[in-house]
Amino acid sequence: MSRKPNWKIACDMTRKPLRQVIALSLSALLIALVGCSSAQLSGGPPPPPPVGNVATISVNGGPLAGTQFAYGNGAFTSVTICVPGSTTQCQTIDGILVDTGSYGLRIEASVLTLSLPQQKDSSNNPIVECGEFGSGFTWGPVQTADFTIAGESAKSLPIQVMGSPSFPDTDAGGATTCASNNGGAGTTADLNSVQSLGANGILGVGNFAEDCGTACTQSGASNPGIYNSCPTASTCVSANEPVASQVVNPVVMFSTDKNGVVIELPAVANGETTTVNGSLIFGIGTESNNGLGNAKILDVDTSAGNFTTVFNANSFGGDEGFLDSGSEALFFLNAATTGLPACPDPGFTQLYCPATNANLSATNEGFSNGNSSTVDFTVGNAEALINSSDNAISILGGEGVATNNALFFDWGLPFFYGTNVFVAIDGATTPGGPGPYVAY
Amino acid sequence: MKPTLLTVVAALFTLAVPLSAQASLGGDVTSVHADQAKLQATVQTTANDAYTVEEVKAPTGVVVREYVSSAGKVFAVAWQGPVHPDLQQLLGSYFQAYKQALQTQKPTHLRRAPIFINQSGLVLEMGGHMRFLVGRAYIPNLVPANVQMEEIR
Repeated sequence: MSRKPNWKIACDMTRKPLRQVIALSLSALLIALVGCSSAQLSGGPPPPPPVGNVATISVNGGPLAGTQFAYGNGAFTSVTICVPGSTTQCQTIDGILVDTGSYGLRIEASVLTLSLPQQKDSSNNPIVECGEFGSGFTWGPVQTADFTIAGESAKSLPIQVMGSPSFPDTDAGGATTCASNNGGAGTTADLNSVQSLGANGILGVGNFAEDCGTACTQSGASNPGIYNSCPTASTCVSANEPVASQVVNPVVMFSTDKNGVVIELPAVANGETTTVNGSLIFGIGTESNNGLGNAKILDVDTSAGNFTTVFNANSFGGDEGFLDSGSEALFFLNAATTGLPACPDPGFTQLYCPATNANLSATNEGFSNGNSSTVDFTVGNAEALINSSDNAISILGGEGVATNNALFFDWGLPFFYGTNVFVAIDGATTPGGPGPYVAY
Repeated sequence: MKPTLLTVVAALFTLAVPLSAQASLGGDVTSVHADQAKLQATVQTTANDAYTVEEVKAPTGVVVREYVSSAGKVFAVAWQGPVHPDLQQLLGSYFQAYKQALQTQKPTHLRRAPIFINQSGLVLEMGGHMRFLVGRAYIPNLVPANVQMEEIR
């Protein structure tokens, strides 16, 4: 399905915030204005400026583009945050990674120029979070900000500030368990700097609202310890964090278009290109530009957010599959079980380097709704594909495990090129039924 | 000898007392019970000819499986849950090797990818996404000869 901009609704400039109008490109603005005036003159159907639920995303290498540490296959957008209640103490931050594998907004402290209010517990102690990702950890205080992206906004959004000098991610002190559990401070798994993360922040728009949920409200051994009460930076204890205080996917706090997102990226001709631009569209079936159309709905389980992927079914049954726009490649099995050779250069560890493009196929099945879809995909030679200038590589694959048995099938950003992907949030109402699900 | 009430009580008492052993991977089976006590978890044991699996379910939703050889050694661990388990406890004496391996890993062209350590003394792999974190670790030379690693997950 190709995206059809809605030229109908948004001609009504009066219902759009000024910032949205400013956000339009000059050419689009001109088209919009011309469209409106001609419609008013002719009395015909209202003309068609873009609606306010579309944020531009760009696979452009991110803040470290042009260096060997560019974020290949990362979709970046920009967000505006303000001190809650203020319209002047605001900051627009670009280089924000759009991530369907996490939930909530996280900003690197080094790029944050605002002083945001610190969330505190009932004893007035700061709340500091340990966020665990498939590839590492984030550590830093929970603060609140008014959030705007495209024409959508969320007031007093709890966010995580990563790499805060006030709460350093050291191996000792308050961050000990968080850092140790994930390889330690200063390793490649330490995501608390722009240099390490390769992004200025993460916008988690996956299948859940909060990044923890009710488990983090529990006491004692039932609490997974994601949220911490830190009287000082070096003395933190697990905190009971109310759901409403948790770092949350901002989409659920929008006034409309709040049931999920659509990610649209064009296909990449010949497998790689410098930059790809697309859209992060808010809402599913809420506007004329985010309908499900013929997309196949695969429900995901409500604890992990996964469907089932069957690949090489004779050898390996179904596995936990997930669509993760923040993963740079399709990560599945290993060289021994796929027959795809691993790259010889240590700088390309874990990636596949077949001599010629390998055309493969897998089947994705809904967790419980009986739907399934066959996905044909290609894995090319990573060493030949990755270079300093091409940031979008649609045929990049890598090993998901070291051992001859899958733990998961990680459908990273290469899956998203040329396919509109819908991500419905747990408990949300959509024209395709209740979330959580993915559809494409 | 028929079990007397006293010996039964003694056996129960042994199981109920938190053991001081904290090591897990590479440790002996009693370390599993230390995990159970610390996590306030339930343990389910299954066995085959080659090994015993102690599945520890914590109230956090984290499930850890510890694979114990007939010699009584934990040769592999696997986990899944909304967070990683306490790896310092789970990896025991191999925790330092895990940290050291990651600290010497150089950044590659990959930024966000599953984590691998594939050394002769320790294999560890972990990945997933927020709210679904999964991993596996084992000591290659402790794995019983007739065990296929495909079984470990």
